[in-house]
Amino acid sequence: MAVMTYADAAKTTLAEEMRRDPLVWCLGEDLGRGGVFGQYKGLPEEFGPQRISDAPISEAAILGAAVGAAMTGTRPVVEMRFADFALCAVDELVNQAAKARYMFGGQTKVPLVVREPMGMWRSSAAQHSQSLESWYTHIPGLVVVCPATPHDNRGLLKTAIRSDDPVVYMEHKNLWALEGEVPDGDPIPFGVARIARAGTDVTIVSWSATVHAATEAAESLASEGIEAEVIDLRTLWPWDKRAVFASVEKTGRLIVAHESVQVGGFGAEVAATVADALFGKLKAPVKRLGSPRVPIAYAPPLEDMLRVTPAKIAEMARTLVQQ
Amino acid sequence: MSASKTARNLDVDRLLGHHRLMWRIRAFEEAALQANTEKLVLGAIHPSIGQEGIAVGVCSNLRRDDILTSTHRGHGHTLAKGADAGAMMRELLGREGGNSHGKGGSMHIADFKVGMLGANGVVAANIHITAGAAHAIKLRGEDRIACSIFGDGAINRGPFLEGLNWAKVFVLPALYVCEDNGYASTTRTAAMTAGPGAAARAEALGIPSVEVDGNDVLAVDEAVADAVSAIRGGGGPRFIVAETYRLTGHTAADPATYRAPDEVEAAWRRDPIAKLAQMLADAGVRGADLAENERAAKQEMDAVYTEAKAAPWPPLSRGYEDVQDAGDPRVEAF
Repeated sequence: MAVMTYADAAKTTLAEEMRRDPLVWCLGEDLGRGGVFGQYKGLPEEFGPQRISDAPISEAAILGAAVGAAMTGTRPVVEMRFADFALCAVDELVNQAAKARYMFGGQTKVPLVVREPMGMWRSSAAQHSQSLESWYTHIPGLVVVCPATPHDNRGLLKTAIRSDDPVVYMEHKNLWALEGEVPDGDPIPFGVARIARAGTDVTIVSWSATVHAATEAAESLASEGIEAEVIDLRTLWPWDKRAVFASVEKTGRLIVAHESVQVGGFGAEVAATVADALFGKLKAPVKRLGSPRVPIAYAPPLEDMLRVTPAKIAEMARTLVQQ
Repeated sequence: MSASKTARNLDVDRLLGHHRLMWRIRAFEEAALQANTEKLVLGAIHPSIGQEGIAVGVCSNLRRDDILTSTHRGHGHTLAKGADAGAMMRELLGREGGNSHGKGGSMHIADFKVGMLGANGVVAANIHITAGAAHAIKLRGEDRIACSIFGDGAINRGPFLEGLNWAKVFVLPALYVCEDNGYASTTRTAAMTAGPGAAARAEALGIPSVEVDGNDVLAVDEAVADAVSAIRGGGGPRFIVAETYRLTGHTAADPATYRAPDEVEAAWRRDPIAKLAQMLADAGVRGADLAENERAAKQEMDAVYTEAKAAPWPPLSRGYEDVQDAGDPRVEAF
């Protein structure tokens, strides 16, 4: 079984898809040198500058051009460098890519992937650290993907590239070097959660890098006799409510943990949906755990203050189980 | 940067065709304004009455498989690209059988069958989309071109710089046409625009640019023909500024009282359809033939409007169609 990094898993898939389909191409700043995180290293040599295309620092043009290119029969993979910079292209993503199929009555589809490296990455401060995935779940037309493991980054990127929907594909910067087993390169369907750890006492729903914090919390809880079930949603739209319901029906307790700001985070959506559907089966209040509503700071102690850590998740789980 | 003013050898048949199409556009929009008055078009419509020479001069040089994107003021461009007037009127009325099943309306009028990739409700947004369409055409090794028509208001948005730079850097088969009617919505564009103008901005990016009288359909036709020939020959993007005047308000609901009456009267004396009719009359075309173009266009669009009024609303099932492949959009699903 192959072991590869999160970054290499995506690169392997991208190369495979580009070999399979000549209409797949990538565009973004610095791609000609392999991308700012090296996620494209070696691809310019194999596919040339037309298909691994450099771009001016014009995020709106990058994404807007991808919309036009997607409506003209190609399948662009857009690199936004940092999720924060994608905000320069909100019109192109939200008003154009997400709406075109509907407002033109199905005359077109917009098959593009927008890679948005997200999340805290030591001392990157307020404009290079954000997790804005919940924003995109609010936009009809978009798919939102937040892989947590190398295997998922391999399989979900494959599905994203083959999808006819515009896909916001958010890779966590802190996971680039994470190694993991990648048993196959099969596409992983959208909307199917992964049980990262089975348990019976409390359900912890998460995605992206926070899944690893949740799993670590679950391991420490196990030593105290509390069995937490960790669910990695993998995709936020669509999201696997059946898997979440099945788990909460069993445990009666739910924590939704994510790195992004708690207010208006996607945890609110999961919590409200579960509270509505499973009110009678809950043994404790549904809880959310996210960042305070503070821009992300540069100094390590201030940055760490905002993190959803294994200790915070474990503490919340203990409190819930005692109720 | 100004178009050639040499003596013209008129192609009378071609110009009669232009005259017919300009009348069809005007008659379509007059019918749409009537529909607005009768409260059958509920959303905003932005008439292009007075600007028909640009739509016709540009699109008569595009092939059916060439790509066009447009603005909120896009009826004329869409018709000139070859879209079906009946489907367009049904779309404006929000009816089944509209180009987009009544889901887009006037501001998102589109007909992908004829390469018309959509009007756009966001000023300048079509500039990037056109760059991308041209990029795809180049990647696929095709000889098509992509054309974007936008207003003078668009030159103060970022896509004008980013999109034109993109088209030039990647040597794309893109034609950019600025339809300069002097007003950005209700604001005089000149009052809010620094520097010597749109063409100078494009020239600064190394994009060959010309300024033409947009009310002279022949001048537009000639300038676009030159540009399209250069673009199809691999010469990269071209830019044309066509000066014109919006004879109506910004929308059907805008009385445009911010314009002096004499300014509007003077503009009517430069009406592009009358100007072309005079040119054709001078070339010996009979008045009856010109009148027939007007009569036939009005008859066609009257029928189009009558038929659209009789069309049904889209079934509610349309509301959940074409959102996206992934997931279930219904509230009841969650």
